[in-house]
Amino acid sequence: MSLIHRSSGLLKPLAAGPASLLRRPFSSATDDDATKITVETSVPFTGHRIDPPSRTIDTTPKELMTFFVDMARMRRMEIAADSLYKSKLIRGFCHLYDGQEAVAVGMEAAITRKDCIITAYRDHCIFLGRGGTLLEAFAELMGRKAGCSKGKGGSMHFYKKDGGFYGGHGIVGAQVPLGCGLAFAQKYSKEDHVTFALYGDGAANQGQLFEALNMAALWDLPAILVCENNHYGMGTAEWRAAKSPAYYKRGDYVPGLKVDGMDVFAVKQACKFAKEHVLKNGPIILEMDTYRYHGHSMSDPGSTYRTRDEISGVRQERDPIERIRKLILSHDIASEKELKDIEKKARKEVDEAIAQAKESPMPEPSELFTNVYVKDHGVE
Amino acid sequence: MASIFQAVGAAAALSSSNSFDSKKFYLSSRKSVSERKGSIFVVRSDGRMSSGRVDKLVTNAVATKADSAAASTASKPGHELLLFEALREGLEEEMDRDPRVCVMGEDVGHYGGSYKVTKGLAPKYGDLRVLDTPIAENSFTGMAIGAAMTGLRPIVEGMNMGFLLLAFNQISNNCGMLHYTSGGQFTIPVVIRGPGGVGRQLGAEHSQRLESYFQSIPGIQMVACSTPYNAKGLMKAAIRSENPVILFEHVLLYNLKERIPDEEYICNLEEAEMVRPGEHITILTYSRMRYHVMQAAKTLVNKGYDPEVIDIRSLKPFDLHTIGNSVKKTHRVLIVEECMRTGGIGASLTAAITENFHDYLDAPIVCLSSQDVPTPYAGTLEEFTIVQPAQIVTAVEQLCQQ
Repeated sequence: MSLIHRSSGLLKPLAAGPASLLRRPFSSATDDDATKITVETSVPFTGHRIDPPSRTIDTTPKELMTFFVDMARMRRMEIAADSLYKSKLIRGFCHLYDGQEAVAVGMEAAITRKDCIITAYRDHCIFLGRGGTLLEAFAELMGRKAGCSKGKGGSMHFYKKDGGFYGGHGIVGAQVPLGCGLAFAQKYSKEDHVTFALYGDGAANQGQLFEALNMAALWDLPAILVCENNHYGMGTAEWRAAKSPAYYKRGDYVPGLKVDGMDVFAVKQACKFAKEHVLKNGPIILEMDTYRYHGHSMSDPGSTYRTRDEISGVRQERDPIERIRKLILSHDIASEKELKDIEKKARKEVDEAIAQAKESPMPEPSELFTNVYVKDHGVE
Repeated sequence: MASIFQAVGAAAALSSSNSFDSKKFYLSSRKSVSERKGSIFVVRSDGRMSSGRVDKLVTNAVATKADSAAASTASKPGHELLLFEALREGLEEEMDRDPRVCVMGEDVGHYGGSYKVTKGLAPKYGDLRVLDTPIAENSFTGMAIGAAMTGLRPIVEGMNMGFLLLAFNQISNNCGMLHYTSGGQFTIPVVIRGPGGVGRQLGAEHSQRLESYFQSIPGIQMVACSTPYNAKGLMKAAIRSENPVILFEHVLLYNLKERIPDEEYICNLEEAEMVRPGEHITILTYSRMRYHVMQAAKTLVNKGYDPEVIDIRSLKPFDLHTIGNSVKKTHRVLIVEECMRTGGIGASLTAAITENFHDYLDAPIVCLSSQDVPTPYAGTLEEFTIVQPAQIVTAVEQLCQQ
């Protein structure tokens, strides 16, 4: 592992006393980009009909810190949503993503905003990753005007067109054909961009998924199907729903990769690899082995079909934020206190966004009828 | 209140007492609902008896084809073609005009389309723009919607409208609702089209009328073409619309021939078509039933009636402006549709007219629909399933009480 330079001269002249010269906080200094850290993914990749990429990945202190900040923010958002739901400010369905942050962050790190992402209803963090703001998210969850869908979509319908985020879908599996449509459009327009169509282990048994996969493979569409396997389709464990829970192999003639979805570097590497692959060879399936700490949704305690030991075990052994924290500390990129400060900052950001979202009014009654149709010649 | 009039039994002329309860009839004057008359004469809402009017025969005959003043411009020579060719012409013009327009469906490409609507287009535009899909309605409809989210303008062909039931989730939730649930961020400019309706002994599953199932989906528009002229015009309008449009064609109308203008034209998606102006009664219809109505109209004219026939064309939303003006003129409404009686377009139209024009009605709205049965295979039974011209004549006579 290469050493990290800690030269004080190139860093921003913040109010830093001499004591902090030894351990610099995360900064945008150029030397951080030049510093290379090599990490290994927790486990090697497993391939189906494909040679998996290397498990050795290069990163930088800056990237490590960015991962930490982003995941901390996502984690904080989901925990706050839990409280908001319990105080009845969020109603209906609310599916939380805490535990799975590495997938959202790792994927984002491998692609551009011109690449498309589409997912199902566990979409809050992906929305954030695509450039959505905390205010838009909380306002939407509370059904307010400032929400990303003007309060008319709700938890399961976050979208961000300019960020290449196509939602946000409530019906299990229906987003996969849509995702192939996005890929079709990319191929049609001859762009060199790809589409990540995310679905869960529950949706993996949907027929339309295989229909879509067949078409994507037939026409070499740049579609990456990502199975976020958190091992439970609501209350049903994967082995009780699927004869073959090796979701990365289910594509049969379509190659697949099994990825440790709790390891942000593994996710990033896999997504980078997948993007290069599909632009030349047609679709691929990525199975992200991940875990959700919450139940399926806020109405599910999440403990009737799995043990609390299992949940706390994963939290101890595989938590994505903890993994990055350990890496940061072991490479002396930041101190424990600094990381705690970042988490406090995330909490503050989230609290402020919630306060702002609470101020946003409910949509006007006239909004009931807007956006049903596009204003067109003659259409009311 | 409207009575849904169902002709039970043979397609042959019904006796006037058959399933018709004259006690249910009430006549309301336009001025006040309380001035209800219990008589069975045809009373104009201004108090006059209508007998004088009915004696005048309308000499200009009822057209057998859908060629009326609204249809074609008389000045230019135009060219003759069949309805499926008109659809193709409209499609091709739009594909030439906008490179984002593409077609996807089963056998639309190399085979040329099971009803030849897309014949010749794949060699011209390539396999990606005229895409042969596998038999996977749910997912290729979803794919079209996803592509539309990015700005492409796909046209999805259902080989038979009935197959689109497999894609209902995509059509309802994604096609219809995405514009709303995304707060206006995404538009879905798709056209979903295909033949439906009762054909010639195609069997129950291939004789469905999906307009009744789709009509409640918010966010979509529905139109039904019936002539080569409006087929081409509606196809072009549907493609250009930013909203998702479902274009209902009919299996038995593809070979209708008509002379259409050479110059470019588009029909308005939300407009109804005046087929035959008249004074005595408004007959609202669409798609194939238009022809049964016009056939009945010939008989009715010979009997001294003057029906006003409107092809509503726009199934969602209804053109209540044209329909309303007609109701205000004739005060009697007969709806003739191919949907089943329960929950069909006629049922919704009856409600809409009653709600909006109740005061102008001299008689309850009568709606002739198909029977609430799966369409049988046997030819005679199939005939009984749908509304036949003789039933239309009888219904008009009874409505006008002559």
